Amino acid sequence: MAQKTALHASHLAAGAKMVDFFGWDMPINYGSQIEEHHAVRQDAGMFDVSHMTIVDLTGANTRNFLRYLLANDVAKLTTPGKALYSGMLNSTGGVIDDLIVYFLQEDFFRLVVNSATREKDLAHINAEAKAFNVTVTERPEFAMIAVQGPNAKAKVATLLTAEQQAAVAGMKPFFGVQAGNLFIATTGYTGEDGYEIALPNEQAADFWQQLVTAGVKPCGLGARDTLRLEAGMNLYGQDMDETVSPLAANMGWTIAWEPSDRNFIGRTALEQAKVAGTAKLVGLVMEQKGVLRHGQKVITAAGEGEITSGTFSPTLGFSIAMARVPAATGDTAEVDIRGKLVPVKVVKPAFVRMGKKLV
Amino acid sequence: MSNIPANLKYASSHEWLRAEGDGIYTVGITEHAQELLGDMVFVELPEVGETVGQGDDCAVAESVKAASDIYAPVSGEIVAVNDALSDSPELVNSSPYEDGWMFKIKIADEAELGALLDAAGYQSAIDEA
Repeated sequence: MAQKTALHASHLAAGAKMVDFFGWDMPINYGSQIEEHHAVRQDAGMFDVSHMTIVDLTGANTRNFLRYLLANDVAKLTTPGKALYSGMLNSTGGVIDDLIVYFLQEDFFRLVVNSATREKDLAHINAEAKAFNVTVTERPEFAMIAVQGPNAKAKVATLLTAEQQAAVAGMKPFFGVQAGNLFIATTGYTGEDGYEIALPNEQAADFWQQLVTAGVKPCGLGARDTLRLEAGMNLYGQDMDETVSPLAANMGWTIAWEPSDRNFIGRTALEQAKVAGTAKLVGLVMEQKGVLRHGQKVITAAGEGEITSGTFSPTLGFSIAMARVPAATGDTAEVDIRGKLVPVKVVKPAFVRMGKKLV
Repeated sequence: MSNIPANLKYASSHEWLRAEGDGIYTVGITEHAQELLGDMVFVELPEVGETVGQGDDCAVAESVKAASDIYAPVSGEIVAVNDALSDSPELVNSSPYEDGWMFKIKIADEAELGALLDAAGYQSAIDEA
């Protein structure tokens, strides 16, 4: 029996095409994935991300626990509300999950982790938290709506009280604030401005409908995938997993090596991988007809690699991909598309951000 | 419920076929097929003059979701292709039976038409799937 978010009935009423997403019955699109994609790049769109898992960590020792649990260092979080993206690694230096951590109070941090990894994440966090006397509380009573696009914040503002508007006024990227019933964060998975908003399940359908009335277009998981790929953001399970080092997944920037005496899970393995060298995650651009897809083989002068995520980019009008290739790969490669070798350009894995084309 | 026009013939692989006279048949994919594939982004068509056999893969429809082979519903020679799809592949989504047609084929053996489905037959084929 598939799980349903608090917005399930809203999706059906809007004519969404529903698919199974790791046990959740979720909208893939509401008609046209490409129109939904453009709505986010050009105006404002919203996604039901209630399937994602919110985990609250409480206790005096929470910060020390997170400095051990995560490869990035929550010591960087000095202002309440500030958030950080990090990998959560296993002892062999593979990625258990990628997540966002919010510093709310010294004894209260919030994690947002992927839904497909919920069970193993909770098992891992609970097991490691014991030694730190940190309390781990999942918050399934919250729905979550991501409102994204150049006009997203202005359209959300029309729904907020004066107090809530004041709470989010001037909020910089990667912050979260509890404003009345809404936990409003300046985060997202599209490369556009916007909010991710957590709110009680029973208020979600009303809020969603008010956003529709304010001109925010409902968007499905299909557009979410093309938007995140254009933005060069990893998808867990596809671009990296427990067998992949963050160094081979364009996540080197999320590893806080300093201070060198901070012990975190996976550190020793990571240090060894850094010395030994790893493959790298790059972007591919193919301007001729065709679409790069997950699993296709990449042939380079330095050896073979594989496409981890590929799609047609609605913003650019041609195909883009992320691929794991040998470290010595230069600026061109070939991809085996259904038996045909097609030349591609190798670029940094970011294609479109804030409405601007980067390639 | 997908639209399945009664005046067309169908292959179970979701192509439709329309008689244009003189042994010429227009081929496209059904409304049901375009719904399954989602937004079309490229359509790779055969060359005019090419000879194809019944069931040969002769075109590729690339949607946001996947690349799908399109099969020739009958044997014959390709006599025209829909060049409009090069700039507007979305016609396959918006007008699968009219503006979104893919190619025209000069049939080699009319007897092959007997292997195709009528609208009711195609409806039951997709109901079972």
